[in-house]
Amino acid sequence: MDIATIVQILESTLRLATPLLFACLAGLFSERAGIVDIGLEGKLLIAAFFSAAIAYVSGSAWLGLLAGVAASVIFSLIHGVASITFRGNQLISGVAINFLASGMTVVIAQSWFHQGGRTPALTGDARFERLTLPFAEALRDVPLIGHVYSQILSGNSILVYIGLLCVPLSWWVLYRSRFGLRLRAVGENPAAVDTAGISVVRLRFWAIIIAGVLCGIGGAYLSTSLAAGFVREMSAGRGYIALAALIFAKWRPWQGLGAVLLFGALEAIANRWPNLDLGIITLPNQFMTALPYILTVVILAGFVGKAIPPRAGGEPYVKER
Amino acid sequence: MSSRNMPKWADVLLVPLISLLIAFALSALVILAIGEDPVRAMAIMIKGSLGSTYGWGYTLYYTTNFLLTGLAVAIAFQAKLFNIGGEGQATIGGLGVALVCLFIPWPNWWMAIIAAILASALFGALWAAIPAFLQAKRGSHIVITTIMFNFIAASVMNYLLSHVLRPQGAMDPATARFDNVLRLPRLHDILAPIGIDFSRSGPANVMLFVAIALCILGYVLMWRTRLGYEIRAFGQSEAATHYAGISSVKIIMIAMLISGALSGIMAVNSVMGGPQRLVMNAVEGAGFIGIAVALMGRSHPIGIMAPALLFGFLYQGGSELAIETTIPREMIVVIQALVIMFTGALDNMVRQPLEAFFLRRSGRG
Repeated sequence: MDIATIVQILESTLRLATPLLFACLAGLFSERAGIVDIGLEGKLLIAAFFSAAIAYVSGSAWLGLLAGVAASVIFSLIHGVASITFRGNQLISGVAINFLASGMTVVIAQSWFHQGGRTPALTGDARFERLTLPFAEALRDVPLIGHVYSQILSGNSILVYIGLLCVPLSWWVLYRSRFGLRLRAVGENPAAVDTAGISVVRLRFWAIIIAGVLCGIGGAYLSTSLAAGFVREMSAGRGYIALAALIFAKWRPWQGLGAVLLFGALEAIANRWPNLDLGIITLPNQFMTALPYILTVVILAGFVGKAIPPRAGGEPYVKER
Repeated sequence: MSSRNMPKWADVLLVPLISLLIAFALSALVILAIGEDPVRAMAIMIKGSLGSTYGWGYTLYYTTNFLLTGLAVAIAFQAKLFNIGGEGQATIGGLGVALVCLFIPWPNWWMAIIAAILASALFGALWAAIPAFLQAKRGSHIVITTIMFNFIAASVMNYLLSHVLRPQGAMDPATARFDNVLRLPRLHDILAPIGIDFSRSGPANVMLFVAIALCILGYVLMWRTRLGYEIRAFGQSEAATHYAGISSVKIIMIAMLISGALSGIMAVNSVMGGPQRLVMNAVEGAGFIGIAVALMGRSHPIGIMAPALLFGFLYQGGSELAIETTIPREMIVVIQALVIMFTGALDNMVRQPLEAFFLRRSGRG
């Protein structure tokens, strides 16, 4: 395997990890506040559709992004009304969100574009163009730095960089801001937060709105950067892989970045070599596809360090009277 | 889920019916929004699924699937376990059916169906066993692990169908067709001797009666046996059952094994009764519809029968809709999502005003 191949794999790792990263951070905010979110998949999908649709109609990827974020936030609010306001089962609400997105995207796409549930291909400004980072050209020939900076990091869509910046930002918000402290507290012991005179309901709604925004960017990235347009079911289980990454990272932001890069690398390798020949055995493509899920089960089983979710996760908060 | 503040009939019938009406009203709005006529859509659906024995043949075929997956989810729900893995368990159950049908030369269909039911139940139960064990022993959340196992099952099936079970020279990832001897009697064959002329092409078959029998058995198990009592008690209060000396590991394992086995048996209908070979995605989302069916039926083995028929109607009606109008087949996924949302997650939205209403009435009387 030569350097060019490695660079290629790492480059595609970064691109494939980005939608996972947004969804993983979205799950992080939601679950840290005690709202279990298996609706990440649905939010990615609905955002991917509305981003592509509006980007196509308006010719602007940025307007598309805005529409995708709005759609995703609306789905977040539905989840919030069901699981916070009406104290419904968060898992069931998440399942419903995923089906709603899966059905609605195709129904609306068919009605708007008549192309079998997809949007027309996006061109020009309807897609996010690739950015060349400063000095990337100058550093291109420097060994190692040139490979990493000019070839892997540079030349991606702006959303990739926004995603990477969201990691330290999320860390800072969760661990260094007052809002973050309260948010984490509400996921562990909402009664204590309530006693301190802070509204549990409001905090949790903020958390899921943040989750909606992040999922929205992730979905927009799928259809206006990674691909050129929406196709049905294009989220393809990424919301669930992000959920897996979140568990893998034990609900922490930096580790989340590590987990999505790992899962992104698995996808990149599976794309590059459909059947991976390791000398002794040949791993079929399907094994690589299943690996993130297998790893998550192993982690959940507690064989490689225990993954302990936020304590109040999944339980509606009932105010004492 | 039971409530002390309103009569039982309201709890069991009125709440799901109102939720269903809201879900249907919103679906009608979606149909209006995409420029179609909801009344005409409903008429096409009714005619296409219930208007002929041909339509009934498909409606009841889908109903059979949903009876089994709905029962599977319902029994796990009774133990407060949310088995989202019906899809994966049915996929692996299908593998059991295919192995039994392809590699053993059965002399007739009824011996084959018994073997296929046993094999699919075994395979489905085994696929549920790992998440169940991890939940019982290591506290891994069953919802997440069963979701993961759905994806792993899809990969396993993809691999087996494209590399191992595909006949030489065949292009599509599927097994060979089963021997014609194994063709299950369809409603046409069953009803013809008693003089009822039923359409030959509808795939509804003997598995319908197996599914109904299993629902009745499920009722007997849950409400007439000690084990059923223990499962329900565990679902109501884990702590209480612990003090009563009931092992939580045992209950979780048994409830999930039964649930997995029932999901697996669904594949006998969708593989042996349908295309008579194992194809990719033979389950077609029935595992997930089971969730909606169980929620509407209040997790009661008899209660799920009506919702299973309703979804059978929606499935067949949705196909007809896609043929006759511009409404795509995915419209039923939207309806399914709304039903899950309103009967499941937003249950309190309907329940709270109703409870208040009944409280006021009983206060006056």
